[in-house]
Amino acid sequence: MKAQALGIFILTALLTACAATSGKTTPADKPVQAAAVPSLPAPSDLYPSTYRVPQSSPTVIRNATVLTGTGTRIDDADVLIVDGKIQSVGQNLQAPTGARVIDGKGHWVTPGLIDIHSHLGVYPSPGVEANSDGNEATSPTTPNVWAEHSVWPQDPGFRTALAGGITSLQILPGSANLIGGRSVVLKNVPSITYQGMKFPGAPQGMKMACGENPKRVYGERNTFPSTRMGNVAGYREQWVQAREYLRDQQEYEQKKAKGDKDAKPPKRDIKLDTLASVLKGDILVHMHCYRADEMATILDMSKEFGYHVAAFHHAVEAYKIADLLAENGVCGAMWADWWGFKMEAYDGIPENIAFVDAAPNGCAIVHSDSEEGIQRLNQEAAKAIAYGQRAGLTIPPERAIKWLTANPAKSLGLLDKVGTLEAGKMGDVVVWNGNPFSVYALADFVFIDGALRYDRTNPALTPQSDFTLGQPAAAGVYP
Amino acid sequence: MKPIKTLLCVLGVLTSLPVLAAPGAVLIKNATVHTASSAGVLEHTDVLISDGKIAELGHDIEAPAGAEVIDADGKPVTPGLFGGFSHLGIEEIGLEPTVDDYSLKLGSMRPEFDVTPAFNPESVVLGVARVGGITFAVISATAEPGGKGAPGGTIIAGQGSVAQLDGVIVPKSRALFVDVGGDASALSGGSRAAEYMLLDQAISEVRSPKSLLPNDQRLLTPAGRQTLQEYLDGHGLVVFDADRASDIRQVIALVKREKLHAVIKGGSEAWRVAPELAAAHIPVVLNPLQDLPETFDIVGATLENAAKLHRAGVKIAFSLDDPQPHNIRKVRQTAGIAVAHGLPWEAALAALTSNPAEIFGVANRNGTIARGHPADLVLWSGDPLEVTSLAQRVFIEGQSQSMQSRQTLLRDRYLEKLRAHAAR
Repeated sequence: MKAQALGIFILTALLTACAATSGKTTPADKPVQAAAVPSLPAPSDLYPSTYRVPQSSPTVIRNATVLTGTGTRIDDADVLIVDGKIQSVGQNLQAPTGARVIDGKGHWVTPGLIDIHSHLGVYPSPGVEANSDGNEATSPTTPNVWAEHSVWPQDPGFRTALAGGITSLQILPGSANLIGGRSVVLKNVPSITYQGMKFPGAPQGMKMACGENPKRVYGERNTFPSTRMGNVAGYREQWVQAREYLRDQQEYEQKKAKGDKDAKPPKRDIKLDTLASVLKGDILVHMHCYRADEMATILDMSKEFGYHVAAFHHAVEAYKIADLLAENGVCGAMWADWWGFKMEAYDGIPENIAFVDAAPNGCAIVHSDSEEGIQRLNQEAAKAIAYGQRAGLTIPPERAIKWLTANPAKSLGLLDKVGTLEAGKMGDVVVWNGNPFSVYALADFVFIDGALRYDRTNPALTPQSDFTLGQPAAAGVYP
Repeated sequence: MKPIKTLLCVLGVLTSLPVLAAPGAVLIKNATVHTASSAGVLEHTDVLISDGKIAELGHDIEAPAGAEVIDADGKPVTPGLFGGFSHLGIEEIGLEPTVDDYSLKLGSMRPEFDVTPAFNPESVVLGVARVGGITFAVISATAEPGGKGAPGGTIIAGQGSVAQLDGVIVPKSRALFVDVGGDASALSGGSRAAEYMLLDQAISEVRSPKSLLPNDQRLLTPAGRQTLQEYLDGHGLVVFDADRASDIRQVIALVKREKLHAVIKGGSEAWRVAPELAAAHIPVVLNPLQDLPETFDIVGATLENAAKLHRAGVKIAFSLDDPQPHNIRKVRQTAGIAVAHGLPWEAALAALTSNPAEIFGVANRNGTIARGHPADLVLWSGDPLEVTSLAQRVFIEGQSQSMQSRQTLLRDRYLEKLRAHAAR
């Protein structure tokens, strides 16, 4: 138990350090000790975040149209960010002396956008073979791999996503495998290491995939799985092993607690570490799934083994089971209008997002899965609004903004930190040049933890990636 | 009684004429008509569609007996939009070989390969694009490399045609698709240089039939030589898929030398070669969203590509770069984004309408709104370049198109279920 207590101490220290605005931090060597303990290490102790909130002056944005992310729109409102956090939103706010003042007249302010489904860094630009690091397609079940170990922080796509207002993003492994591995949530800040981008305290996710992709990748090699029933058998075999591993772990902990000095921990297995962490609720499941019937199968399987699906990703047929998803508290993370690129996407409709949102207690998320789409999630949402309204649904901007902010934050287990402009949350804020739900909308300013990270009129503020540096043709792109 | 009314021609483009009863006629009243021509924007204007044509364009047009009257209430009417290069009607679903007909993988150069006979006017993909306001597109051949020892395509992917989204292939609108650049290396033995070498050989087989190599060393079949001859004679458009500035320069030189009727497809770095393209009168059909160095061929990609090309006097049109046909309605969004990055609004609309109609030789049917012109137009709920606007009515050759698609049917079926659930 001593070791566990140490782990908790380190975790607490880390969180505290990260919440502080000073650069003083826990020594980076401490969490390494946690890896040495025989029981399951907490995922957040490993390869820990080195991101520190930079010092920033207070900022007040005056007289803007504010979408808070809580479902509220406030016109002519001010947003005050102090010590990297949202201090208040309202009219005629008092700002500290020396605060940076941004005239928000004609501008709209939203929480920083969150993309729950990105492959930036693991499938970076340039997309040469040497950079293709998103699918460990050598076995259908690879819960042992971690997307963060593939993330290339120099992917120029992080910068273009920032220009689209993306302040946090989940990087997932690809969908070749039934179980693709662990995801990582990043803050969209420039860094030489991914640890310097890692969202402090964010739970890891685990990517799983339904349907055509795994059965095609392995079926074409005449290996398991080659069918949808094979897919399900493949997941279930893994969950059975994970349950046994977790039971052995727990028995060992109990024996040890009773003073049994001969107690031996089960043999460490890094695949089962991941799966057992899911069953314990420490790692959240993000499930790539297109068809309604398959999503229903997965929900039954999650009940069989006792875990929760944080979100169905892509979920092209979610509109057919919007009620079932809402009843199970499962979010749908969707494109606005992609369809038809394979059989399981044939029934995609551009009302999908709006329908999932319209179900009582529905949780709709707009995701990108694309280095292009992530640059304008706001426009993807705008399309979904238009199609939803044509179908007779009422979707004001203050509701739709949740698809890009509060809902992905909730699904990622981060709603206490980001996703809305409530007091005490991280100062992740976007100032738009107008209504963000427009093809002409551009982010003018993007703040992350209160620090100005993007200014449209001052591109030099945001460093370009090492890759684009010195590329002669890029001169016109990154002035 | 047949109403007869004499109209005053306020814009100098109309003449007075009697309006007769016309079955199937449609009168759109009080629209903001974006003609995509030198006539510009016509405010508070009525459009009479009759006999497949725009019979009248003006003010206070009286509806013929039996005509449907639509009150546009000031909303925009534009020419039907161009859907770009795609596998429309030849790729029902991605990844399914039995419904994918865009690629020839015989390992030999076959310019005579034409995807047009595979075109399926009943494809549900057409309906989805059509209700999105797309009325014409270029059905494209795409070369793909072979795999695991199987033969693949070559840098000459084959031919395609312009299709209207009512399912009609436009006669004499053929285009030949040629790939150059890094992506095409796998189609040319592994080197970009070989692409130009092979093109030179194919051209010389046509130009100098007397010095043909032995059969086993020739690139082209007799039918292939015949096809290529037609393009070399200026009949048909050669579409060069090229992105890197150095490749575009190679293409410009080739086009000048062989006096080809040509267009650049892709052109992510075309802005760097804009003066040369303008001087050579080579248009560029681009995806204005390309801004990342996704390959080493497009390190110079920028969201300002469209604006810079336009400023330099290059004729531009828009297309997605992925030829999958399912979401070609998104071309409209790319135009709006080009406007957000410096392209004048009117130029963006032209790049979706009159420019592609001219580039692909269908300006007599598509791309502009003018009296006497075939009625190929769309009534929008708002700004046609805005993502929150949707097409309300679509006309192709004067025929009102159904606004139902397989997607709207799915929508309506499940909307009922949703409403029933929400009411519980």
